Order: sequence, then C-alpha cells, then structure tokens
Amino acid sequence: MTAPAPNDLGRPAPRLKDSAELVEFAALVGDSGPISIVGSATTGPHGAGRIVGAPVGLVELRVDEMTVRCRAGTMVADLQETLAEAGQRVALPASGGTVGGALARGRSDVTRLGRGPVRDALLEAIWVDHRGRLVASGGPTVKNVSGFDLVRLLVGSWGTLGPIAEVVLRTNPIPRASRWFSRPCDSPAELSRIQRETYRPASLLWDGHTLWLLAEGHEDDVARLEGPWSPEEGSPPLPGPHRVSMAPTASVEWMLARGSGATSRIAGADAERAVGAVLEVGVGIVHSTHPIERPEMDTRLVALHQRVKNLFDPDGRFNPGVDVLTIGV
Amino acid sequence: MTDPFLAALHRAVPGRVEVGDVERRLYSRDASMMSASPLAVCFPESADEVRRIVATCAEHGRPFVPRGSGTGLTGGATPLDGAVVVSTVRMNRILEVDEDSRQAWVEPGVLNLDLSRQVAEFGRPHGLHFAPDPSSQQSCSIGGNVANNSGGPHCLADGVTAAHVLAVDVVLPDGTSVRLGGAEPEPPGYDLRGVFVGSEGMFGIATAVLVRLTQNPSDVSTMLFDFDEVSNGADTVSAIIASGMVPAALEMMDRLCVRAVEDYIGAGLPVDAAAVLLVEVTGQSGRVTDDARRISEIARAHGARSVRVAADERERALLWKGRKSAFGAVARIAPNYYLHDTVVPRHRLAEALDGIYDITRRHGLMVMNVFHAGDGNLHPILVFDRREAGSMERVHAAGEEIVRLSVHCGGVLSGEHGIGLEKRDLMPLMFDEVDLAAQDLIRAVFDPDRIANPGKVLPAPARCADLQVAPTGSWI
Repeated sequence: MTAPAPNDLGRPAPRLKDSAELVEFAALVGDSGPISIVGSATTGPHGAGRIVGAPVGLVELRVDEMTVRCRAGTMVADLQETLAEAGQRVALPASGGTVGGALARGRSDVTRLGRGPVRDALLEAIWVDHRGRLVASGGPTVKNVSGFDLVRLLVGSWGTLGPIAEVVLRTNPIPRASRWFSRPCDSPAELSRIQRETYRPASLLWDGHTLWLLAEGHEDDVARLEGPWSPEEGSPPLPGPHRVSMAPTASVEWMLARGSGATSRIAGADAERAVGAVLEVGVGIVHSTHPIERPEMDTRLVALHQRVKNLFDPDGRFNPGVDVLTIGV
Repeated sequence: MTDPFLAALHRAVPGRVEVGDVERRLYSRDASMMSASPLAVCFPESADEVRRIVATCAEHGRPFVPRGSGTGLTGGATPLDGAVVVSTVRMNRILEVDEDSRQAWVEPGVLNLDLSRQVAEFGRPHGLHFAPDPSSQQSCSIGGNVANNSGGPHCLADGVTAAHVLAVDVVLPDGTSVRLGGAEPEPPGYDLRGVFVGSEGMFGIATAVLVRLTQNPSDVSTMLFDFDEVSNGADTVSAIIASGMVPAALEMMDRLCVRAVEDYIGAGLPVDAAAVLLVEVTGQSGRVTDDARRISEIARAHGARSVRVAADERERALLWKGRKSAFGAVARIAPNYYLHDTVVPRHRLAEALDGIYDITRRHGLMVMNVFHAGDGNLHPILVFDRREAGSMERVHAAGEEIVRLSVHCGGVLSGEHGIGLEKRDLMPLMFDEVDLAAQDLIRAVFDPDRIANPGKVLPAPARCADLQVAPTGSWI
C-alpha cells in the first residue's frame, strides 16, 4: 500500500468516537449531576443519581487478531455465545451481567489460574469523563505501550471514574478438551507437591480434604491425568456468601487454621464443618461461609486513591457513595 | 560545593552521588541517539537510599530520571532539564522466591535473563522462568521492563510485563513509599499497579517488584518455514491464529535480514527466500506434536517452500541465535542503524510491510525487517551511514512515516519500546486532546509537581490541559 501523506494523521480514535450510539451515550451522561451506572443491575444501582446504562452490541470480532470490539452494555453470556461459535472465549466471569459490569467489578472466576485475570482481558476502552466527553484509552492490539495504560484503572473501578461505553477485549481459543478431576489431598505438603507437578492447570480448588483440578488443552494431555485423578462432572459448589482475596501462601495457612484455629483432626473437623471454605489454590481467593477480616489499608495508598477520584471525578458524579476500597470486600 | 541541592544530595546519600564528566557523559542517554547532560548520577543500594534521593529532589523541586540498564531505545532515560539520574544498577538482588505460588520479590536492577536463570531450579520438576523476554534480556533490568511494559518473542502466548507483575514497591516523586498491588489476586481499590507498569519512570521509582513466574514447558518444537513472498509468510501467521492455535512465538525475518544474519552466523538459513518464519510451540507432548503438525500443514498450504524442524536443543538454539543476531548482523551492512517499533493488526502485516518498503525506497534507505509477526509487532531496522550528508534526516523522516502508516493500518505507536522522547510528539496520531488530558491526570495523581522524568510521553499541549484539584475531603 502507499503510505499516507505526512499531514494525514489517519487517527482511528476520533472516527470511533463519531459513532452515533457513543455520542448519544455521552450526551446522556452529560456534564453535570450525579450518575448511577448500571450494567444488568446484578449489583446496583449505586447511589441516587440519574441511572444510565451503556449501549449494547458486538461491533467487530476478529478471530485472526484474537480481539473483539463490543459495547459495554452487551451481556457477557451473549458475547461468550457469539465467541464460542468462532471457537473463542474471553476471560470474563459468567456472573450474569454485562461486559461493562464485569470490567467495573474486576472480579475473575475460578478459572483465573489458567485463563488469566479479568484485568488482562481489556485492551482498549472508550469511556465518558465527568464533563460528558468520550475518552479513548489503550489500543486495539494485544501489544501496545503507547502512553499511560489508563484502561487498567477502569478495571475494578466500580464505575467511579466514568462509565465505559465500548471496549476491545483479548480473546483466546477454546481448548480442544476441558475436564474437571479430583483427588484426596489433606496436607499442605501434598498440596505443594501437586502444585509443582501439575502443568499449568486452569483451576485448582481445595477444601482442605479434596483437591479439584480443571485441565484444559489437548485431549491426550488431559487424558493423561486419569489415574491419580478421578474424573468429575464439573466444579465443586462454592461456599458463600463471602469471597476474600489473600496472598496465596497466606490463604493456605488460613485454610489450615480456620474455624477455632485448632488444627487437630477431631476439633479441626468440627470447626471446618462450621466454616465451609474452598480455596482457589495458587490464586488466593477464598470462598467462605464466614467473613474474613482484611488488614488495614496503608494510609498512603488511601491518599492516592483519593487523588485518583478527585482528579478524574472532581464533582463526585459517578456512582456517588461507592468507595472502591471497601465495596465488595 | 556551591550548588546547595548537590550538597544536600551528597548529605542524603554519602558516597552514592557522582558528578564527574565521565559519569555525566555515560548517563546522558540510553540506547537511543537522544542525549542531554544530567546534573548528577546517583547509585543507590537500597530502597531507603532511593527514598532519600527522591525526597531531596522533591524538597528542592529538581527533576530526576529513574534508569535501569539503559537499554531503552526511545530516549526514555535521557535526562532533560538537568535532571538527576537515579540508576538502580546496584539494587540487583532476588529477595524471595515462593515456588508453590510462583512469585518472586526482586530488586529493580536484577537483569531479566539472570532472573530466569536463577529461578530455573525452583518449582521442579518443571522449573520456572520470567516470561517477558525482550531481545535485550541479557542486559535489560526488571525495573526497566516494568517502566516500559516490555515484551519479547514469547509474549504472544504469555502476555507482556504487566501480566507478570503483581506488586511494585514505589518511591513516589514526593519521597514517600507505597506498595501498589500485592501478592493477593484482587487487592481492593483501583489497579494502580497496572497503571504504574509502563509509566516510563514518570510515576516514581520501583524499589522492589513482585513478579509472577511461569512453569517451563516439558516439550518444545521449533520450526523454520521459508517463503517466496513476504505476503505468504504474513498470511500463514494469520491463518495459524485463526485456526485456534497460539504458538509460544511467531517471528519473521525478510530477505535482507536473512542474508545479513546468515553471513554473520551461518545458521543454514535459506538466503534466497523472501521471508522466513520461525514458529515455536511449547507445552505438553500431545499439544506440541499436534500443533506442530497442523502449523506445518497451514504453512505449506500458504506457499511455504520448506519446513525445517529443530532436531535437538542445539539446532533450536541455532535457529533462535539467527533471530536474535539480527542487530549484530546489521553492522556488516552499514555502520549505523535505527530500530523502530510499531504494531499493526496481524491481518494487515503484508500491506504494512509493502508500505515500509515503499517508504524506505523513496527515502533512499535500506531496511531489514525482523519482527514479532504473531503480535503484528514490526521492527523495521533502517540501515545507514550517518557520515553521509542528510542521512539522519532521511532516517527520521522515513521513521515518522512508518509510524503514521502503522496507525493508519489500525495499529499503535509502540508495541514494546514505549514512547519516551522519540514518539512523544506523535501521540496525537492515536489520541486526541481529551484522551491525552486523561493520561495527564493519572500522571498528576502520582507526580503533581512533575519532577519525575519530565518531558516524556505526553506532548506539550496535552500537559496540564485538564488538571482540576478538588477540595480536600471531597472524595466519596
């Protein structure tokens, strides 16, 4: 092809922002007044602001790029269904919500160990700032270090910096085989040994007695696990309602000492029945019937968060009342 | 000592400050061609010394520039405005390795390849490594990788640095310390770790990094395909990805590059080919065997003339040596080269390469292409002799056109080298004023006084464009 003339900036972003739906969405958000952003309302709305929802729809799927561009109001399930038809998937949890909602929450599901966290799935975002302007951040390619990586800030921001209108997500091929297995495992030494020996599992879940594994990949490699592992129909039920993030090493220690803290078999067994918990091994997410206290936040980190919120949303318009440091924790 | 700032710096970290002409000249630039003289060069050996240096700079309102190994190619570590260079070269310890959770705390001066070599024995039977592997991995540092969100050939499957950094201990530009991210998977709040990675030394200095380590694969298959047409090689790349496979690496070299490399190391590369494609598949035996077979079929269907499969580790190393020797081989053609870094969508690789040949032909320059085809990450090497009048001007003009072309194709300014000084003024190709102002806001969060590596990444009109300071306590 012939290179563009030097004065032709050929910029994609302004063209993308020209989309009538995005312009309309930005106008809906406007430049004043509190806004409560809802995805599919699985967790909201937050605050008493004007309720807005992002536009819906798939814009472009490129299997040969392993990317998909879609509107933030698209349901994750609908997106995954379309991707599956093309043999692809995206690392967003199947929580019944929208793409924007899943990104705003930033919570991964139990396959994070193998499929990667939600935060790594987002490549580009077009979002609306506090003045009602469309902002493009990131870039449409998997590799991109063009400027500061603002899209990272949007993942897990609970909509407090501005609503996401459109995104480009990284997709991955659906593996040829995907199967759950289990085996007994009741000691940390055994857990450690299995962690080291097992090659890149998609998920490892442990309740203190049984270890479940999700193997994904080539059917021959998956089948080779049979023997020490017993095939399972699916993943084990996860206790709730609490879901806590801990350092992986600390999370194993917590599993051992949960309940009364007793580690003897008899007392421990009773205590463990009282405190149901399943650990995402190697990740550090604990699903528990009981709440788990979190350590105090570093005040310096709290101050940085305040600066982020104050600079990006100086009038406190977006999801008023939501504190990203404590919500969902 | 007449400058009170320098005197304060010496008092803050006795014996760690160099102001001699030799040091100031050595640290006047990174591996780019852009230089500026620093006021002083500091060599801290601990996080506390970094904190004292930065606090002194903050107190006197003087700029500082963090520096790893100085292998950057965009002028990111060039000290503008008489800045103090803070080199992390002496902070090079691996502090802690958790082989079950596959995490390690390391100091920023640890070299990329040293880290992978030293953790190879951990987590047996598989062993571990740090996945990002820039071509400069023998000499680039983890701190520099964090600053530039570095990539490398094997990032196609495993992702770039941001996906492998879990936490960063940072000295902020006001001299205070904070931990961003953590060993836990979902630290509460905004992902400040994520925005710090790739911030090119403008948000503070990393004094320790918690990295994610990756299991080594049990099986590897490395294949070399050659083509009569560059477009056949590019189409093969797209077809492999579209078929649902993600090889560990998909690297391409064009004719001139192949010839230069073959002359240089004699790896048995097909010098009559228009392009060669190096493909590596890793994992367990079932996948590796099957993917290698399917990839060979796809390549042949797209016009591959021959397939060379590395028979053993020695041959694999030789093929990779060919890929990684391109820069050394350039010296045999001309005394100087300028390495570019842009990204285009994979499906537009062939037309982007055609465009690059057209641009360099018009500017009377020789170009060698060696690049991460799987990521669409182009690395045109413009080969020239700067003693020729006007050659640098032609190189710069051609380079800018290549960047414009890449963005025009739907790509981005940089895939792994960053913006620095080199592409700062080209940022408007990708971002409008509103986008750039938003980027400036996150900088203001970390560095309201703008003393950390000033003058980089954001073009002048964007800076301060939208800075609003909300009243204290207005949050929430």
